[in-house]
Amino acid sequence: MTADKPLLQMQGIEKSFPGVKALDKVDLTVYPGEVVALIGENGAGKSTLMNILGGVLRQDSGTIKIEGQPVVIKNVSDAIKLGIGFIHQELNILDNLSIAGNIFLGREPTWLGPLKLINRRRMWADTEPYLKQLGLNLPPKTVLSRMSIAQQQMVEVAKALSLNARLLIMDEPTSSLTLTETKKLFEVIRQLRSSGVSIIYISHRLSEVKECADRVVGLRDGANAGSLERDKITHDNMVRLMIGRKLEEFFVSPKAQTGDNYFRISDLATQRYPHHKITFEASRGEILGFAGLVGAGRTEMAHAIFGIDTTTGGEISIGGEKLQIRCAGDAIENGIYLIPEDRRKSGLVTDMTFRENITLPDLKSFSTLGLIQRKRETSVSEKQCEKLRIKLTSVETLVKNLSGGNQQKVVLAKWLALKPKVVIFDEPTRGIDVGSKAEIYHLMRELADNRVVIVMISSDMEEILGVSDRIAVMHEGQITGILTRDKFEEEAVMRLAVGQTSWAGNKDN
Amino acid sequence: MKKEIGIFAMLVVLCIVVTILNPLFLSVMNLQNTARLVGMFGIFSIGVGIVIITGGIDLSVGSLFALFGVLLSFMLMRWGWPWPLAIAAILLIAIAVGVFHGFLVTKMHLQSFIVTLCGLLFYRGLARYIAEDQTLGFGYCTGFETLQKLTTGQVLGVPMPFVLLIIISFIMWVVLHRSIYGRYLFAVGRNEEAARFSGINTSLVIASSYVVSALMAGFGAILLAFYTNSISPSSHGNFYELYAIAAAVLGVCSLRGGEGSIIGIVIGAALLQVLQNLVNLLGIPSSLNFAVMGTVILIGVITDQILGRRKAKS
Repeated sequence: MTADKPLLQMQGIEKSFPGVKALDKVDLTVYPGEVVALIGENGAGKSTLMNILGGVLRQDSGTIKIEGQPVVIKNVSDAIKLGIGFIHQELNILDNLSIAGNIFLGREPTWLGPLKLINRRRMWADTEPYLKQLGLNLPPKTVLSRMSIAQQQMVEVAKALSLNARLLIMDEPTSSLTLTETKKLFEVIRQLRSSGVSIIYISHRLSEVKECADRVVGLRDGANAGSLERDKITHDNMVRLMIGRKLEEFFVSPKAQTGDNYFRISDLATQRYPHHKITFEASRGEILGFAGLVGAGRTEMAHAIFGIDTTTGGEISIGGEKLQIRCAGDAIENGIYLIPEDRRKSGLVTDMTFRENITLPDLKSFSTLGLIQRKRETSVSEKQCEKLRIKLTSVETLVKNLSGGNQQKVVLAKWLALKPKVVIFDEPTRGIDVGSKAEIYHLMRELADNRVVIVMISSDMEEILGVSDRIAVMHEGQITGILTRDKFEEEAVMRLAVGQTSWAGNKDN
Repeated sequence: MKKEIGIFAMLVVLCIVVTILNPLFLSVMNLQNTARLVGMFGIFSIGVGIVIITGGIDLSVGSLFALFGVLLSFMLMRWGWPWPLAIAAILLIAIAVGVFHGFLVTKMHLQSFIVTLCGLLFYRGLARYIAEDQTLGFGYCTGFETLQKLTTGQVLGVPMPFVLLIIISFIMWVVLHRSIYGRYLFAVGRNEEAARFSGINTSLVIASSYVVSALMAGFGAILLAFYTNSISPSSHGNFYELYAIAAAVLGVCSLRGGEGSIIGIVIGAALLQVLQNLVNLLGIPSSLNFAVMGTVILIGVITDQILGRRKAKS
């Protein structure tokens, strides 16, 4: 499948930022029609390297060759002219425009000469073939805000193809896709590959890399860490490539189950699915995983339990005591904490310092007569920082300057400074590198072992199967089945996730 | 803190320049009068600044001056209310206005710009209607001389409004920079959603900022009414909301919310008054008043931006 002449050769790429050497003589070669997965921990230099290739940044030294010819990529439009398409993790789309409007943005076909009106018919007609190629069955005039994220992503791919891209960079393309959407994306990737398009695929989800990559290139601390050919791509090899050692015990098994059904939700109905009721129990010491497709109502359930969204009925109780939760403040008072899906948007005030974030949920205990006692704040935040091994220069560091893994630990630290009874994790490791992932799993298990109920919502199959003690699967606002450890199987979860309840061994608890 | 030093330096430089060009600037009379104005403008600028810190804006204060001035004149002169009652009534109405703004912004989810723009139009119209467009005043303040002294008098040569500003800004400094409520204001301004996910009642925090602003406008209105002793409802307090916004912006508040300081706002308000004073003292045609102010604010903001960018780069 690999032709003899490489499409892209990056040689000896170096890049420094003030105080950091981000890339140190990095090489990367991609052949036509090849899917190369670029892996590495956060801060390993993947994004910097790709930003150089995509024209967002310029290298300090080193050469880039396309089909053997040295090229200079000064800006994004240079990269596009060379046939390099960059699909960022945060999609670069205008969701108020149509598919065609997005694809032809800035180069719309015009008519009526000097009036330069947009020739909409031509634009629509020119869009069709790309949509067909990518299996997107929507009219070109569909407005993007009405489409799913997966479909929007396909529009970005279509745009790149319409710009004659020969090399597509995909940065964490599956981070907000459902399992079925991910499968579909892989089909598209395979199809693009067979039509000669090369792909550089960046992902933290190793099982996905295993599924779609022809070759894996690892980066570690800004330098090449080696590469793996197709037949060598295994989970262990990739982890070793990324962190330079073997991760001892990625997932931790539970100590002892209490089975006390301490935390109980009965007939909870969310606003999104007002007619579907959720009932489940979870025990102290247990990690209850919640699997399902995106849109199954898991996040809505978490928000309802945490008091962020109003419920349309149902009961929440802890240790047999019924709780009245009207707002997040009530939930926090009762020891129910949520670590939200989008930590930058909902979990942290990133423009504030570590100290200020840690104390935000319970400022009252850090104050006398309404005035904040900064000394108390500092000492508690320093303690939390140490306890969770968060790398900080001082507790006055702004949270926005921390890596994703560390930020997630800050959200955790903020809650663990209180007295947790139930902690709900919503996609706890999205966009987090392998090393930090393992740490977060350890912390979750440690919490559970300290008699805390853990509810973990995750769309990462590996995580769901590896971390949970039981798995509840949701489909359209309802729990379609709860699996015990002996029934853990990817297929079982998938079937329940798409609503096939008959297959499940034990339904309704 | 660094940013406040920048604007303070600007204020000092400006004072030195004015003094050199016209030593009258340092005359007791001029200093007293400027301090009086700084006091009044500073007080309501703090209120608007608090709203800006939560990420909102309050455009209604100028019109509230007219409305409160008219009402105060009616209560004291026409209805003969005892002055403590009149003051209490004005402040209560101010709180009610603030609650109403806060309700519309947080519960009806209207944009603060629109809510307070409607307020700007409505309160001005109401003031003119109530006063039948007549200019009102307090005459010789017979029966409420104490109030007159409290609002226009002096303590050891320092005009009352300035004394009140010192007291209010100290209280507000503690509230904003040392109290739980202050921390919540910043948190809500920076990231409302994350604040809500931390269990903060963000609607209440945001709504309360409009109450603070309206209350400060109430204080300012009383001082201003007695300062002018002549309230023509169509022009009294016109554009004053813009002075407050300018003071807040000069005082390192970001219109995006989550940034700002009391000291900065007070210095900003002082800077604007010294500028005004400069126009008068240097014989610059008063028609250029706004142009001078606009230019200086722009220069200040541009300098801040350039210095800020350099700092971010290094």
